[in-house]
Amino acid sequence: MILRTAILVMLMLASATTVAIEIHQEKSLYRNIVVREADNRRCLLFTVKRGDRNQTCMDLQDPKRLVFHYVRMAFGGLLLKPDPGRILIVGLGGGSIPTALAELYPDATIDVVEIDEAVVRVARQYFNFTESKNLKVKVSDARVFIKRALLQRQTYDLIMLDAFTGDYIPEHLMTQEFLQESRDLLSMDGILVANTFSTSALYDHESETYQAVFGDYLNFKLPASGNRVIIAARQGLPSDFEIKSQAIKFAERLRPYGIEARDYPDHMSREKDWNRTRRILTDQYSPANLLRGED
Amino acid sequence: MLPHSKTDKPKTAPLPELVFNLIVLSLAFTSGFIIMSIELMGGRILAPYFGSSIYVWGSIITIFMLSLSIGSLYGGRLSVNNPHLGRYGLFFIAAAITLIPTIVWSNAMMDWVFVRLEDPRYGSLAASTLLFFVPTAILGMIAPYSVRLLVAHAAHSGQIAGRLYFISTLGSALGTLATSFYLVLWFEVDVILMTMSAVLATGGITAIITHASQRT
Repeated sequence: MILRTAILVMLMLASATTVAIEIHQEKSLYRNIVVREADNRRCLLFTVKRGDRNQTCMDLQDPKRLVFHYVRMAFGGLLLKPDPGRILIVGLGGGSIPTALAELYPDATIDVVEIDEAVVRVARQYFNFTESKNLKVKVSDARVFIKRALLQRQTYDLIMLDAFTGDYIPEHLMTQEFLQESRDLLSMDGILVANTFSTSALYDHESETYQAVFGDYLNFKLPASGNRVIIAARQGLPSDFEIKSQAIKFAERLRPYGIEARDYPDHMSREKDWNRTRRILTDQYSPANLLRGED
Repeated sequence: MLPHSKTDKPKTAPLPELVFNLIVLSLAFTSGFIIMSIELMGGRILAPYFGSSIYVWGSIITIFMLSLSIGSLYGGRLSVNNPHLGRYGLFFIAAAITLIPTIVWSNAMMDWVFVRLEDPRYGSLAASTLLFFVPTAILGMIAPYSVRLLVAHAAHSGQIAGRLYFISTLGSALGTLATSFYLVLWFEVDVILMTMSAVLATGGITAIITHASQRT
């Protein structure tokens, strides 16, 4: 009997590490939200039917470590702006980016805009996301938030756009006008980091739109990741040398999060590797979801 | 459609009546098409100020339904006294003209609303009202007036109303499909709306000219 129980317990333990357990599921106003656990990872999923896309994952044994490349890559922007006092993050997900930034910069003011209240609840309940005096979440559409912030004459030193990882692109967050508003919200030496797409016709259209608003920017891609991260500055990019020396200085502080900052500068390209004849996206012309399906 | 239309009315003057019915039906189709195209463009226009959440669509649909209902009421009333194609054409011209401020001053109007209403739900509702109420209400007058123009005998009125709603709702279905699948991929929002306005004006002028030539 004891032996049987022991075997049963062992089997259960074994299965817990390989078979995904769904620990939460809900239909929010915007999407289906699933929290799943497997292999000591707890993941937030937005699209369950088509290809099980993980939005964000937490390593249960090492919660500090950022599991995904694209999440870590967003921190590449810090190499251009190592001391942001005011940070705006668009899109909460599991809250791993704001949590890590709040740890790195305890004195910084961090505002997070998330459109889906259910995502905020799930991040709090399942991903140890906690707000504080300096870290606040506002449930709002990012475009509306940024327009209001401009009216109130606020500025941010670092803006991170991480709103495009779902199955549907909010098209009004990819236009020239939106990027112009975001740029206006940056402080004079502010940096904008956008986690976006690296495939389909949308890559060209989007790249050209960023070029129109920011001029030259850094296209950050890692061979291991399908994403690309755009790093753009309100006024002029620093030299490669400055970025590299910043990476060396920063490496130790970022290592606990799984970020190998020293490797990053080599993958930040200034090359315009897109079709430059593509139409830019504007509030008047923004069929981003349709363009995503084209080559 | 046409052979049936012929049997609904006295056969005294088959050809002009055929043309007459054809004009009314194709104009009703056009207005159905354009109503939905404008409604879909509404989402595009409001998104930069109020987002694209479900309540923004709720605001747009509410205002369209409300203005169409009020338009129907008024259009029906106008159809009582001496209905004719000339006045019918004027509705199209009026819709075309009132659509222009929506195109030209949409950002100015939304700026105005944005600084006054913080809640994007009421912001989008107010903006939808300012942008779309008048042109849509005028477009809403077309359906009941079309029925009156086509009906010759009370006994067939249900059948004719059914046929009219069939054709205008079919227009709405195609307008929705064409706009959301293709037009937004090819053209800018303002270009689409300008074209709609031009099509409405052309339709209106056609109706007025036909009416004028009928009288002589």
